[in-house]
Amino acid sequence: MVSNYYFLNVIRFILLVLVQVLVFNKLNFFGFINPMVYILFLYWYPVKENRAAFIGLGFLLGIAIDFFSDTMAIHAASTITIAYMRPAIMRFVFGVNFEFQSFKLSNTTRAQQITYLALLIIVHHFVFFTLEIFSLANFLLILKKVFATGTATLILCLLFGSLFSVRKE
Amino acid sequence: MQQIINFIIRYKNFLLYVFLMIVSLGFTIQSHSYHQSRFFNSSNWITGNILESSNNVSTYFGLDRENQKLMHENEYLRKLLFNKKEIDTTALDSVQLTYTITTGKVIKNSFADPRNYITINQGKKDSVKPDMGVITSKGILGIVENTSNNFATVQSILNEKSNINAKIKNTNHFGSLVWNMKQYNVVQLVDIPRLVPLTIGDTIVTGGMSSIFPENIPIGTIRKFDLNTSKSFYNIDVALFNDMTNIKNVYIIDNSNREEILELEKLTETNGQ
Repeated sequence: MVSNYYFLNVIRFILLVLVQVLVFNKLNFFGFINPMVYILFLYWYPVKENRAAFIGLGFLLGIAIDFFSDTMAIHAASTITIAYMRPAIMRFVFGVNFEFQSFKLSNTTRAQQITYLALLIIVHHFVFFTLEIFSLANFLLILKKVFATGTATLILCLLFGSLFSVRKE
Repeated sequence: MQQIINFIIRYKNFLLYVFLMIVSLGFTIQSHSYHQSRFFNSSNWITGNILESSNNVSTYFGLDRENQKLMHENEYLRKLLFNKKEIDTTALDSVQLTYTITTGKVIKNSFADPRNYITINQGKKDSVKPDMGVITSKGILGIVENTSNNFATVQSILNEKSNINAKIKNTNHFGSLVWNMKQYNVVQLVDIPRLVPLTIGDTIVTGGMSSIFPENIPIGTIRKFDLNTSKSFYNIDVALFNDMTNIKNVYIIDNSNREEILELEKLTETNGQ
């Protein structure tokens, strides 16, 4: 059971990286929107795991994407940020509930799940585009990119989420 | 001592986060001021091979259009060849040529970021070295930045850091070609003095000042121009000939005189001081 569980996460990691770099990095919707669906890995990752390991995994995930897309370590910086902030975001969305043993993502309401995902995406994209554009003179450009790409990411993540969600038991 | 250890244990997540953040920011900021990192690029073995096998599949979807493009280019080259008065084949002996050409295929292309890089399937084994120019049949594409054994990354002209010598065709007024990160089909030519007569639609080509590109490789046409804030130079918007979103086959140019030129320039610089 335990090995099964790690296996699932490893497979998920590899598949999401490949889907991201081979499909979504080439999408260029409207010329600039490349949704970042790999955030789903951090969204799905079990709640009760060791936090340090989670941040480390976030870094690995980000750096893997960075290698493929020649973006230095920008993806890594954004993924570790959301990996670090995830407990705070979860506490904000789900209340103290999420620290209990019986907490499951699939037991929460749809609205909560969407808020949680949206917050992860907003933080991630904000860090990402700020580092990518790297000038306050282009603040509007940053906001525009965060908004446009964020919306696309959210929609695609929700679609993916409903396609591959763990069935309610 | 006990307290320090306690502190580290209590804040280990935060410290880990800060440490990883500093590492990532270090890599990122270093690349803003200097070259792309030697290790963090898609020309390495794993990423190169994955991108290439993906490209092997997707390349079939554009074969028709790609053939057409190459046919057009052949047609153009043949026309030049047949209308030339005499052809001296000994001149094509590679020892005497200043510029030699290698062909390559694009396996990864991006145009939506502020710093775009293209990955091609030619590397050290094919004697591709950093700072070689890369062009397509329609115009310039970028400059090789990093190479591995089988792959190379190319700094696209759609890159914040890109700075290429360019001039207005049939004149000797040259400026620098840069990109303002806004549109993927428009780049900017700056430092053209005010006295130069310009018309919309004029062709922009590479200048002879760089040791990377040969002179007169097409870049694009003038779409719009206005004076900069100091009113003494033009800011020119150049519409590219290349469709940067759809690039398959490229030519990599090696200038055999480059090393000599660089050496000479270096010598002059040290003597001047």
